[in-house]
Amino acid sequence: MLNVTIDGQPLQVEKGTTILEACEFLGIEIPTLCNLEYLSPEGACRMCVVEVKGIQNLQVSCATPCTEGMEVTTMNERIYAFRRLIIELLLANHNTDCFNCSANGECKLYQYAMEYEVEKTRFVNTRGTPPVDDSNKFFNYDPAKCILCHRCVRVCNERQSNRTLGLIDRGVKTTMGLPFDQLFIDSNCVSCGNCVSVCPTGALTTKASKKFRPWEVTKTRTTCPYCGVGCQLDLLVKNGKVVGVEPADGKANQGLLCVKGKFAYNFINHPDRLKTPLIRKEGVLTPVGWDEALDFVTAGIKKIREESGPDAIAGFSSSRTTNEDNYVFMKMMRAAIGTNNVDNCARV
Amino acid sequence: MKETRILLAQAGEITPTSAKEYGAVGGYQGLKKALAAPDKIVDIIKASGLRGRGGAGFPAGLKLSFTANTPADQKYIVCNADEGEPGTNKDRVIMEKVPHRLIEGMAIAGVAVGADKGYIYLRAEYPYVAEILEKALADARENGFLGTDILGSGHNFHIELFIGAGAYVCGEETALLDSLEGKRGEPRFKPPYPGVAGLWGKPTVINNVETLANLPGIVANGPAWFRQTGTETCPGTKLFSLSGNIANPGVYEFPIGTSIRTIFQEAGGGCPGGKKLMAIQTGGASGNIIPASLLDTPMDIDCCAKAGATFGAGDLMFIDDDQCLLDILENLMEFFEEESCGKCTPCREGNTQLLYLVRKFKDGTAEDGDLELMLELGNTMTGGCLCGLGQASPNPILSAVRFFPELFKTKSTQKGRVS
Repeated sequence: MLNVTIDGQPLQVEKGTTILEACEFLGIEIPTLCNLEYLSPEGACRMCVVEVKGIQNLQVSCATPCTEGMEVTTMNERIYAFRRLIIELLLANHNTDCFNCSANGECKLYQYAMEYEVEKTRFVNTRGTPPVDDSNKFFNYDPAKCILCHRCVRVCNERQSNRTLGLIDRGVKTTMGLPFDQLFIDSNCVSCGNCVSVCPTGALTTKASKKFRPWEVTKTRTTCPYCGVGCQLDLLVKNGKVVGVEPADGKANQGLLCVKGKFAYNFINHPDRLKTPLIRKEGVLTPVGWDEALDFVTAGIKKIREESGPDAIAGFSSSRTTNEDNYVFMKMMRAAIGTNNVDNCARV
Repeated sequence: MKETRILLAQAGEITPTSAKEYGAVGGYQGLKKALAAPDKIVDIIKASGLRGRGGAGFPAGLKLSFTANTPADQKYIVCNADEGEPGTNKDRVIMEKVPHRLIEGMAIAGVAVGADKGYIYLRAEYPYVAEILEKALADARENGFLGTDILGSGHNFHIELFIGAGAYVCGEETALLDSLEGKRGEPRFKPPYPGVAGLWGKPTVINNVETLANLPGIVANGPAWFRQTGTETCPGTKLFSLSGNIANPGVYEFPIGTSIRTIFQEAGGGCPGGKKLMAIQTGGASGNIIPASLLDTPMDIDCCAKAGATFGAGDLMFIDDDQCLLDILENLMEFFEEESCGKCTPCREGNTQLLYLVRKFKDGTAEDGDLELMLELGNTMTGGCLCGLGQASPNPILSAVRFFPELFKTKSTQKGRVS
């Protein structure tokens, strides 16, 4: 264990703990733009700087590991002025048409600009307004709102391992982009949307997100029903309708989702969706209650088993249920009905 | 005062690529000594007081010890030959005239830390140097100074030449390593330092060409010999690259601590055409610009820092009074705007804003508050950019404001263009 002092508070941390993690432990809030759990520390945005006694330059708390006896100051005039200038520099080349932005209400740049009282930048726009790429079916990319935090690049390369997003050119011309300046639709992008989920500004936004503000939606934590992995996600619900999905930090997915979990939720409100069991009565599929349906199925299974034995019955479950549901189904077939005739549609 | 040629002692006297000719004039003696007592080399270099010649001046022996003391199945020696600082040509001269001195230095470093593989990362703009190096490497291999079981010692050391792709930032050691690994050249966060986790995560000694070229002499002749030249805190000689308004531009070797005036007059021959010297940019494109009145400053890391100059890589760009410093600052900032890697906010956005502000002063459109903003931005970058590029790029502006404040007039204070 290492002994550190942060803003005068002594603390013991394990070796390898970053200053930022130590601050979180003490409940000290540090502004971050590029840092995100599960991504490698980048130290690029420089928002999270702190002062370390004995070191002349300010240090980024996200990547600097604690050392024995380290004394850290997380806020003073110098740090405040530094962070303020970073915000001003980012705002200079940021499209501040916030009224027209999908991220309105959850933009971290906006949040910090308010917090650090930056109403207007003293710097000039040197990058112009590059065009929006709206070629993807689910999301848009607006480079004029990109602050080059590299979160999307890292999630695409390090976690999704799709290697679609990268950095193009250098210096002030640096942009987040796709190989050979491709549009998203022409690239190897699989539309997993993880880049959208991690974007701290309005550079990458879902097409649907303009229609709701974060304070208008309730979040419901649930398990993704698309396959057996068990990804945890939050359904964003406005007026009784699902309007968006955000990945949650579940054990199986650690903040990631695939294209289905992230974007394929519109079926929920589709008129063709089956909402009750149906029994064919005199040739017509008729909606019935669950009790009636289950009685009907149970009676049928019992009858077949009495007449022809349990192996006359076979069970086939869906890969669009959770692993746990599939397990219970298997148990039911083997233990309750007494047959090994059980299978699942999941095929690789 | 004449040049003191130690590193360049054999320059022009021998066929540069010939290992035999280099050996005949005392070459490869350091390597032979190193092979006889590999465990002693790190201490010898430490005792010599050699400091890195790439710009930062880090103690070379200490650097070697980090890698020597880190156990690993594979270690590397990387030579930083990405000499991208505008006005710096010293590494080119070493590689062109005495390439075997560099090869020997790398092999000594390899033996010292237990590395059997080395890379020379050569800037793309030196294609003719690549040819010389390839020939010299081949000749060193043929004569048993490189390869498997060098000089029958049981030690192996291989060197591979790697050509960069033209990015200034790849002169920064960790960006260089990323580039060498085939990635986009961007500085890494330190720690871990390359000495512990460098190329492909393995302990790596990464040194400038001139630093490595100093090792053979030190090992062959001992630390006391090395300390005979130079200053107490900065022993040895240094190659100085002279450029700008100077009669004899070029690379000259002088003991560290020689005054700028001596170098300017004795080697450089003063400003051509009888012009008057106005300023000197010291250390390189990202070094401080000092007035001619500081001409007696000794070129030594500590003396430079005290006087407000930069030792850096030993560049001296002389500027006569026909020049406009604001033109020069604009040119320098255009370079840094282009060459910032774009990774960290203050460097990527800051250099472009500094350029914009410098242009305002140049065009006479600067307003009240612009000077304060420029200084605030420059100092912010110096104190908080990710790597040396952004930390140093405001130096020319900050030093010019300090020594030539009359240049930075706003609309309300100016009377015509000042230059």
